[in-house]
Amino acid sequence: MTAVEPMTIGLVHYLTVSAILFTIGVFGIFVNRRNIIIILMSVELILLSVNINFVAFSSYLHNVQGQVMAMFVLTVAAAEAAVGLAILVTFFRNRGDIAVDDASMMKG
Amino acid sequence: MDLAMDFPAFNEALPETILGLSAILILVFGAFRGDKGMTSISALCGAALIGAAFAAAWSPLGTAFSGSFVSDGVSVFAKVAMYIASAFIIVLGQGYFDRLNNRRFEFPILILLATLGMSIMVSAGDLIALYVGLELQSLALYVLAAFRRDDAKSSEAGLKYFVLGALASGLLLYGASLVYGFAGSMYFTDIAAAANDNMNVGLIFGLVFVISGLAFKVSAAPFHMWTPDVYEGAPTPVVAFFAGAPKFAAMILLARVLETAFLTEIDQWRQVLLVLAVLSFAVGGLGGLMQKDFKRLLAYSSIANMGYALLAIAAGTTQGIQALLMFFALYMVDSLGLFAAQMSLQRKDGEPVTRIDQFAGLAKVNMPIAIAITILALSVLGMPPFGGFWSKYFVFGAALSSDLIWFAVAGLVASVIAAFYYLRLIKLMWFDAPVVEFGKAPLETRWIALASAAFSFPGAIVFLIFGSVLAAAAVVGFGAH
Repeated sequence: MTAVEPMTIGLVHYLTVSAILFTIGVFGIFVNRRNIIIILMSVELILLSVNINFVAFSSYLHNVQGQVMAMFVLTVAAAEAAVGLAILVTFFRNRGDIAVDDASMMKG
Repeated sequence: MDLAMDFPAFNEALPETILGLSAILILVFGAFRGDKGMTSISALCGAALIGAAFAAAWSPLGTAFSGSFVSDGVSVFAKVAMYIASAFIIVLGQGYFDRLNNRRFEFPILILLATLGMSIMVSAGDLIALYVGLELQSLALYVLAAFRRDDAKSSEAGLKYFVLGALASGLLLYGASLVYGFAGSMYFTDIAAAANDNMNVGLIFGLVFVISGLAFKVSAAPFHMWTPDVYEGAPTPVVAFFAGAPKFAAMILLARVLETAFLTEIDQWRQVLLVLAVLSFAVGGLGGLMQKDFKRLLAYSSIANMGYALLAIAAGTTQGIQALLMFFALYMVDSLGLFAAQMSLQRKDGEPVTRIDQFAGLAKVNMPIAIAITILALSVLGMPPFGGFWSKYFVFGAALSSDLIWFAVAGLVASVIAAFYYLRLIKLMWFDAPVVEFGKAPLETRWIALASAAFSFPGAIVFLIFGSVLAAAAVVGFGAH
């Protein structure tokens, strides 16, 4: 009986995970009709899936630029969350609710 | 200069250095002075922008930061135009928030930071600079859109812009990661070499994502859904800002990515841009027809105008880039003037005049502003001899020399449709009876509106003479041409 070949995790696996996370994030923004906080979480998910891509490519290519980019993305994601939550707070103060369907004063 | 000797990169990046340092210093100053110092802080920010414009005009061309930062003719042209436009926005904003009795010193500083982001965008030489510049600009703009935090419409506009903008940044970033992975480098020049050798599906996929993300930032259809709501809800000086400089920066960035990194693949991306352009013509033209709000009307008008800019890039030649520069230089003046004119209209009780039917009879009450709006509206719809006609003339010239004749025809049709809603506005102003009592127009908005109108008609002729020479000199050696 031959030993089972140990499976190696390669580039494709990382790219697949990242693509799945990215899709979940995009769907989280479009399908979710309830809560804006969930939209913020979906945005984070998208940025993190991109980070997986960058780091996986960086290690595969033996090129450090991807990891540098991942650092920048992490930093910007933190700033983006701060700005997003601040805007959300002003919205909540004006409306008393953060349901997605409520954000519809302007139409046309 | 010692600084220049120790850090040679700061020669090329001098305007950005000026903007970044002054933003930080003025912010500290503002933290001590508080909101009562808004006037002096506006003045300081304006001075920083003017200084940066001079620095941009005289700093040497070249690359810095090992190729991440490119200073060439196109970036210098764009930077000078954007800095001047931002300085006008600070003037408009100062008056606007004064009259609302809602002074907050962060406004000019946020404009300064957004301008710094745009400046990095037009000088980006790799994907990292692209992303950092874009986000610096976007984060400042999200806050600006929600700047009237006690106003429900403004915070809703900010929220919508934030959610869709973050999604677009995510798309762009995912595309950037694919481009990086399949090309093996962040630098546009290295990506160009990789794309030339082996253009595979991964690269095309990444490129399409990048184009989608940037198309959102310039509000090209079908990524335009945020534009009317944000234009309606955000404070008017902020919208006047949105309409000009950030779109210029994103267009230059798009042109740089496409024509530096992917020039050999022009057949692939030209189709995408042409589809976006035609959709923008259709949405901008038809969507504007049933608008009742003046700012929403301008939103649809700007969507249609982005179609022309995309057409100029789709030409794929240096002539197209020259057309893009001229187009935006003239368009930014027109849109600034239209928003300034709208801000100068208010009712006796201080409420702003926003609905189009309230413009009725303006010529009987305030002739100069009515003339300014008429000139600017005719200019935006492309009537000769106004500035807007010449901007479209350059774009059509570039499109025709790249055999895109049917797309130029589509642009003409969009102009004709836009003529309908602008002529209706003009008819209302000149031939109908007033329905609201207009108050006195604020000084600075009136002067900016009149000056823009004067630039659009006799001024544009003079501008064409040296502007087209400058633009022609600027595009030499742009990208991989």
